[in-house]
Amino acid sequence: MGLISFLKDKFSKKEEKNEKYVAGLDKSRKNFSSKLKLLTKKYSKANEAYFEDLEQILIEADVGVNLALDIVEVTKKETNEKKLTDINQINELLVDKMFISYAQQGDNIVNEIQFKEDGPTVLLVVGVNGVGKTTTIAKLAYRYIHQGKKVLLVAGDTFRAGATEQLTVWAKRLGCEIVVGRENQDPSSVCYDGMRKAKEDKYDLVICDTAGRLQNKLNLMQELSKMKRVISKEIPDAPHDIFLIIDATTGQNGVVQAKAFKECTSLTGVVITKMDGTSKGGIILAIRDELGIPVRFIGLGEKIDDLQEFDLDQYLYSLCLSQEEDE
Amino acid sequence: MAFESLSDRFQGILKKIKGQSKLTEANMEDMLKEIRVALLEADVNFKVVKEFVNSVKEKAIGQEVFTKVSPGQMVVKIVHDELVSLLGADQCEINLRHKPTIIMMCGLQGSGKTTTSGKLALLFKKKMNKKVLLVAGDVYRPAAIDQLVTVGKQVDVEVLNLGNKLSPVDIAKKGVEKAKMENFDVVIIDTAGRLQIDEKLMQELVDIENAVRPDEELLLVDAMSGQDAVNVANSFNSKLHLTGMIMSKLDGDARGGSALSIKHLTGIPIKYAGIGEKLSDLEIFHPDRMADRILGMGDIVTLVEKVQEEVDEKEAKKAATKFMKGTFDLNDMLAQLEQINKISMSSMLRLIPGMPKISEEDKQKAKESMKVTKAIICSMTPEERKNPDIIKNSRKIRIAKGCGKTNQDVNRVLKQYDQMKEMMKQMRGRFNGKMPNF
Repeated sequence: MGLISFLKDKFSKKEEKNEKYVAGLDKSRKNFSSKLKLLTKKYSKANEAYFEDLEQILIEADVGVNLALDIVEVTKKETNEKKLTDINQINELLVDKMFISYAQQGDNIVNEIQFKEDGPTVLLVVGVNGVGKTTTIAKLAYRYIHQGKKVLLVAGDTFRAGATEQLTVWAKRLGCEIVVGRENQDPSSVCYDGMRKAKEDKYDLVICDTAGRLQNKLNLMQELSKMKRVISKEIPDAPHDIFLIIDATTGQNGVVQAKAFKECTSLTGVVITKMDGTSKGGIILAIRDELGIPVRFIGLGEKIDDLQEFDLDQYLYSLCLSQEEDE
Repeated sequence: MAFESLSDRFQGILKKIKGQSKLTEANMEDMLKEIRVALLEADVNFKVVKEFVNSVKEKAIGQEVFTKVSPGQMVVKIVHDELVSLLGADQCEINLRHKPTIIMMCGLQGSGKTTTSGKLALLFKKKMNKKVLLVAGDVYRPAAIDQLVTVGKQVDVEVLNLGNKLSPVDIAKKGVEKAKMENFDVVIIDTAGRLQIDEKLMQELVDIENAVRPDEELLLVDAMSGQDAVNVANSFNSKLHLTGMIMSKLDGDARGGSALSIKHLTGIPIKYAGIGEKLSDLEIFHPDRMADRILGMGDIVTLVEKVQEEVDEKEAKKAATKFMKGTFDLNDMLAQLEQINKISMSSMLRLIPGMPKISEEDKQKAKESMKVTKAIICSMTPEERKNPDIIKNSRKIRIAKGCGKTNQDVNRVLKQYDQMKEMMKQMRGRFNGKMPNF
């Protein structure tokens, strides 16, 4: 099992860095890993019931039925082939399989936004209602302002009551500029104004907020495509990144969401929010599995610096491998 | 086809069984597996699915002996009955007998508390003629208060806005005091979204509960939420005394299985369902209808209610009288088309059984052509609308110019009018000039 030792190597090197990660994911992780640990106590050897329990753990983490069945199936197969009997070993094999399944579904991705040499880099943020788009935008802005970038926010949610005000409050706190529109103004025209200003005043990064929309509302999805078109008209090859925000509590509908938003805006990444709760956010594995979209950032709390680069090793590590002495 | 809707999937399964003359272990096994996967993909909790599948199995196999006629129908009934009992047998509304009735909203971040507060306020005001006070208790999220104030304006309900300097507990107290002094019937207290494991914020809710003793404590549950939703509801319920939940975002394509499992595992009834972004998009939750919908049997009762609500009865009567008299003109046609449009554009179509396949695109097209027709009729003078026969060539050119369309478009509308008029003449002939008794 070369990969596992490789994984462990990697983790041990990162020990100091991932404290925050581990703290943030504490609740999600405890749940998942304690369940896995329980299995090692419950079963002395691997049998059908044990694999059914594995399946249940994965499904309850919102990984989805199909992916859960697949992962358990390959784990089972390899267990039989290698004649593994130690439950601990099999548990590790499971994590191993999850890692491989994620890694195989697409190229390696650089999480950080890649800035263009000339002209502003544009990020469009999309998602269904109430997943935390505006808050995540504030966190991203904070991140890049700290890296010395000149950041402009565009309040593209002209629909929801209080949305523009919410982003304006953040802009004030962050000390960055914001472009706002009137209530119910066509969000595309706000984007247009934003792009204009970004070019004139030479911003490094423009982050466009959008109103939350359910993916089955065709007219709202078309509105999104229009915003994208207007942006690319002003700045060719923009938007350079389009992030779909997914709430960690989201169930299987997350895949449907990712699919619909991918079709109309060609997503470049997912940001998973509210990972400081008890939800395990397993849906990101299903999204990667079905659509190949990678997770770029992970929201771990309500504070402005509670946004971290997504790291698969650490995510799975925090979720599965940790050996807490509680329970 | 991993994500076809639950009803599609059930229909598929049941079709398979319909061909069979008898329920056997083997074909039951197949069906049960499908039902299991379908429910899991609908985010129904793992444990609930297990129970559900087992009880369906037990009941189906037991009945096999004495019902030989139609095993398919039998299974539909068993699954349906099980779903209804899973959803809770009866509908239940909020009881407004106290004055003021105090309602506290709570839930995770982004579950829809503020919007739903506004929707509830509108519902109580419009349908029950109640005087409602909204209390802005979310002092944490930036601009949350602004949001409630705007929502309050939209539904024309007073909002108590004490800024974000006071504690939510004090704000709640002041809200209830105000309601008592000023004779409000209902007080709705909006609270900040919070994680169920955030002890400080959960304690705050408990403090509000102790301070104002709400009559209703409602938990917002997102229809999209996954397996963990049950844990969230359990924690909220263990600290508070929840009296019900409201399922939000049911207008999406999420199946909402999680909320169903919450009902089953905690016993908290689902009282309302949010079905759109408009503030009037809130309906009473009907477990039996929901089960029908899941099974793809359509939801006729809701449909009828909706039609009654959205069709302006006066308008309809006026048109009917006119058409009996034979004085149907372009104004009436426009009114008629608008009525039809209202029904078809709303969320109603999906409620009609056997007809859920009208795509958003078709709807969009219909909407567009409605817009054009309206523009053309509106470009006519009142006289032309009353008496379309006078519209000859030069008038047509003027009308076309006025609405930015072509002569052909104007002709199309006039032709449509002629057809409608002709149809009405025929119907009138059939009814001999008397109003038909629908």
